[in-house]
Amino acid sequence: MDTIKYIIKRILQTIPLLIIVSMISFFIIRLSPVDPLAELKLNPSVSPETVEKEKARLGLDKPIIIQYGKWALSFARGDLGITSTGEKVSQKLGERIPNTLLLTTIVILLTWLVGVPLGIIAAVRWKTNLDRILTVLTSIGMAIPSFFFAVLLLMFAVKTGWFPIGGLTSPNFADMSFGAKFWDITHHLILPVIVLFTISLAGLQRQMRANMLDVLDSDYVKFARAKGVSEGVVIYKHALRNALNPMITLLGFEFAGLLSGAALTEYVFQYPGLGRLILEAVLKSDINLVMASLMMGAIMLVIGNLIADILLIITDPRIRSKS
Amino acid sequence: MIRELFKALWKDKFARIALVILGIIYVSLFLADFIAPYTKDFSDRTMAYVPPSKIFTIDENGKFSKPYTYNYVREFDQNTLEIKYNLDRSKKHYIKFFGKGQPYKFLGLVPAKRHLFTTDNDGRIFLLGTDINGRDVFSRLLFGGRISMTIGFLALFVLFPIGLLYGGISGYLGGKTDMIMMRFAEGVMSIPSFYLLIILASILPSGMTSSQRFMLIVLILALIGWAGFARVVRGMVLSIKTEDYVQAAKSIGASKLRIITKHILPQTTSFVIVAMTLSVPSYILSESGLSFLGLGIQQPDASWGNMLKEAQEFTNILYRPWLLTPGFLIFVSVLAFNLIGDTIRDVLDPKSKVR
Repeated sequence: MDTIKYIIKRILQTIPLLIIVSMISFFIIRLSPVDPLAELKLNPSVSPETVEKEKARLGLDKPIIIQYGKWALSFARGDLGITSTGEKVSQKLGERIPNTLLLTTIVILLTWLVGVPLGIIAAVRWKTNLDRILTVLTSIGMAIPSFFFAVLLLMFAVKTGWFPIGGLTSPNFADMSFGAKFWDITHHLILPVIVLFTISLAGLQRQMRANMLDVLDSDYVKFARAKGVSEGVVIYKHALRNALNPMITLLGFEFAGLLSGAALTEYVFQYPGLGRLILEAVLKSDINLVMASLMMGAIMLVIGNLIADILLIITDPRIRSKS
Repeated sequence: MIRELFKALWKDKFARIALVILGIIYVSLFLADFIAPYTKDFSDRTMAYVPPSKIFTIDENGKFSKPYTYNYVREFDQNTLEIKYNLDRSKKHYIKFFGKGQPYKFLGLVPAKRHLFTTDNDGRIFLLGTDINGRDVFSRLLFGGRISMTIGFLALFVLFPIGLLYGGISGYLGGKTDMIMMRFAEGVMSIPSFYLLIILASILPSGMTSSQRFMLIVLILALIGWAGFARVVRGMVLSIKTEDYVQAAKSIGASKLRIITKHILPQTTSFVIVAMTLSVPSYILSESGLSFLGLGIQQPDASWGNMLKEAQEFTNILYRPWLLTPGFLIFVSVLAFNLIGDTIRDVLDPKSKVR
């Protein structure tokens, strides 16, 4: 019962946070001297009535507080306005967000599958050559600028022709069978996943190594060893469980970092994700789209943290008893 | 303490190599005007996308000679429709060390003409080729590095005082103030940082001078990182404020601001140093990412990020790999900073002594 109460409390906490985020983003964008409807007015295919409707929806003739209220209300209702090309923002976001989620989920799964075991190995073989090599390798991965790495991989793809160059699907995607579709998407995902995997592996591996070292130094591990428990049981039964807990908090951070890192990678690979959408929107100063994608990014981040916290509540009984 | 830190860094093999590399980079950036054979804005339009100059030390008779180079001439092949660069072997251009070349002002103050190396007036030496405008990539790397390698530090010097004060006040005052301040910081942290970065950069008014733009980019970078830092500081302040000496300071009637700045915040010094060195690389990367997108440092100014902008075109990646050199430099310097940061953390962070 306590767990559920705590989880509900935690979910309710995100609401004021999202309101604050929306205020920050709204005022930042309104600071800009750009007329939010300039692009729309210039677009001949958008009728003057639509422009008027947008003007009324945004309340541009009213003071900024009322503008915020109007915007927040229509946002909560799911009306995100239209882009400078006259499309619906919500539709555009609906196309892009699943793609970004797909990319980040795959990367998170992969980094955990690889990073956690590597962290354990490094901690168990602490200060051996293997540990040092792993540290150097992860340092290298951490230091490569994501966009530069993406450019290099793109160069590789162009030269060898082994990988498609950018995008998520081939032009004839619609005509493919299910299996071919699956393979097509996988094929397109490989390079962006490699880039993001490389830059985010290092942090995870190091954190796991540090946690594991902390735990291996603790009294109960020493006690278990003194009792004559075999090394395998000490590591995998006693130490690992406790070392994994703090990693769950990291999940939220990792998600945040990936959303940011993905923006540049998506841009280089022409991947149809949220990061590239916001970049294009920014470059075209498409205010509606920028606002909406900024909010969506924040919402995704907040939900990511929420999931991490809930997982932590489930796995770590100490937190429950504290509340 | 600084001395001990340096000693510890020197003892570690990786950190020593990193220190030496960063030393070389910073010294060359400092002497950029002298080392670069051309000035930042020098361009030779007939020499766009010229590959790196070949330097010969053995002449056509197989004898050793003073190092010399040939100019490239652009030729258009009618059959393959390709532009080719061939060496113009009719004239040798000897490389002159400490010779007189383009005039410049050393560090913007002392007028000078001598460069580390140049060739004669009609010769061109492009160690790393040229870009689309026929500008020397090697020279621009040096001038661009000045921006790329300092902008991160400047942002940190803006960000850390803000974060320290914010976290200090929030943690010390507690109660409602603390709650409001922390919710605001969490709000800032909940926006994916790179999204915030590009949006802030995009609302910068156009038509600024390059130094104004530089300052504003520094400010924007600082705006991204302060919140997370302030939160950690607040956590530390919460535990420090219960210490006896803080109570003592309170009882002699020291003001709140004084207690925060004089008694509490100095306790966080070692954490601040660790956090600073560990975050330099991420600011270098942010700046280069921003400039790569065309939202950071603008042409004709150079930065490593905006030089890489040309690598966005396939033809450039494939046929002009020398345009990728700024990426390698970013990589090397970030790696060096990371290695130093790791070692500093090991030295200063008592918890990590276990490791």
